[in-house]
Amino acid sequence: MIEATGLTKRYGSTLAVDALSFSVKAGQVTGFLGPNGAGKSTTLRMVLGLDAPSGGSVTIDGRPYRELHRPLFEVGAMLEAKAIHDGRSARDHLRCLARSNGIGRRRVEEVLETVGLTSVARKRAGLFSLGMGQRLGIGVALLGDPGVLILDEPVNGLDPEGIVWIRTLMRSLAAEGRTVFVSSHLMAEMALTADHVIVIGRGRLLAEASVGDLIAGSSQNYVRVRSVDDRRLAELIGAKGGASRPEADGALAVTGVSASVIGDLAGGDGIVLHELSPQEASLEEAYMELTRNSVDYRAGTPAVTSSAGKVA
Amino acid sequence: MVAIEFPLPRTTVPPKTGPILPDVLRSEWDKLRTVRSTYWTLFAAAATMIGLSAILCGIYVAQYAHLSAKDRALFDPASFSLTGSFLAQLAIGVLGVLVITSEYGSGMIRSTFAAVPQRLTVLAAKAAVFAAVTLVVTTAASLAAFSVGQMILSSKGIGVGLGAPGVLRTVIGTGLYLAVLGLLALSLGTIIRKTAGAIAAVFGLVLVLPTIAGLLPGSLSSVQKFLPSNAGLALVTGSHAGKTVPSLAPWIGFGVFCLYAVAALAVAGVILVRRDA
Repeated sequence: MIEATGLTKRYGSTLAVDALSFSVKAGQVTGFLGPNGAGKSTTLRMVLGLDAPSGGSVTIDGRPYRELHRPLFEVGAMLEAKAIHDGRSARDHLRCLARSNGIGRRRVEEVLETVGLTSVARKRAGLFSLGMGQRLGIGVALLGDPGVLILDEPVNGLDPEGIVWIRTLMRSLAAEGRTVFVSSHLMAEMALTADHVIVIGRGRLLAEASVGDLIAGSSQNYVRVRSVDDRRLAELIGAKGGASRPEADGALAVTGVSASVIGDLAGGDGIVLHELSPQEASLEEAYMELTRNSVDYRAGTPAVTSSAGKVA
Repeated sequence: MVAIEFPLPRTTVPPKTGPILPDVLRSEWDKLRTVRSTYWTLFAAAATMIGLSAILCGIYVAQYAHLSAKDRALFDPASFSLTGSFLAQLAIGVLGVLVITSEYGSGMIRSTFAAVPQRLTVLAAKAAVFAAVTLVVTTAASLAAFSVGQMILSSKGIGVGLGAPGVLRTVIGTGLYLAVLGLLALSLGTIIRKTAGAIAAVFGLVLVLPTIAGLLPGSLSSVQKFLPSNAGLALVTGSHAGKTVPSLAPWIGFGVFCLYAVAALAVAGVILVRRDA
């Protein structure tokens, strides 16, 4: 369980993280989403005690990270790829970090096996591809078999097989009852991996919800309707407070009323329906809407609009 | 692609309790011995000391017949055979800097502090391991350089043994000086974080500062004996009869040098804890 309360980080006059409060629960994968520059990495560094908050606090199982002794047994973190001395081999890199927490060599070999690096364990880390660097980073996180895992953009640089591998890994770690907190800006990937998401923009909390709730709350959801008399049906929907607009293929896109209400309206008026299908927004659409709203709220900052746009 | 087996293999080591310093010391020892720069810089330091001793003593012996009686009287065979330590200190300084700046340069420092949030323990372990390794290597190199030099000088009957007054202090002192200098470099590396900047600072401290202080007129020139490298070198060159530069007594000078190192480490520790990694 990770708990942030009023977490704030100020660099000079810029607020990188602005009074952020959230909690990350055990037994599920929690996605940490936001555009580039939203403050995700800064937040994770504060969680790990690497950066000191300007205000507020963040704890892991009730304790600030800096108070942990031999934290690898409690928290495994994959920070950025290549937080590695280029000249050291993968095996030596793991051994150095393992030893600092009193973890033995046998465990290092197990972890190399788990992340699939045994055959290149003697290779200098400087020669690793981005994907191999990511695997080594995940190996470090797994060293102490911790109950909490914090992964910063773990799928970056991975090939499709690697992405499936890490998705399986994260799902399984969560299924074993562990806390898995993973940052990403790849929404399609998070939709498959995360149970719960925390969305931030410009350092502020935009949403903390299950993936299902986040999508359900999106205004991008609508009902697609085709009928023998669209004009009449649109009037009825309008009278119920809904809105409708024609789609490119001639169907009606209805928002503001549910599919069952539309069906009742059509039935009551004797209008034959040819199609009545609720359309759900993707996590990406829900996310874009959230971050766009936050940009509108802070009018006059076109720089953010472009950075949110990049996420797609 | 390696398939993942679940549940994942659990660690074979149950979480340890008790003091963390021994584990962190072992970790820092592993870090030091698993990168090439350690071997290169230590080899450069030892090779310079031994090689220069052989070359300079050889030249001295060759020129011996042309030297005046006064020059011969002022000759300090022990210090002379250890002249290479002036160059070796640059290699040790570079290694001292790299011990910490290579971690900042690569991002490894964040992995280190995520594994050991007790940053002062990390700094203490780095300093202890690095100083111990440097002391052993440079003391051995100093003994070797001394032996090679005296062997060459003895052909003219001007070599000295370790038992002669002040000689053992000079030989041991060379290792001590280089180890403490390494700690000063480690501190500067911790404070500055960037390899190039920190190496420049170390070189400035041991090469430029004494030169500038040497230009000071009159009574002001007495400050130069209190400069870190001059104070530390008093232990090595203290017995040199022909010295023209004012110097502190050997062990007092070395004490002053150690105080500089302790102060620098203290500043580095405070900064390390306060700054974001």
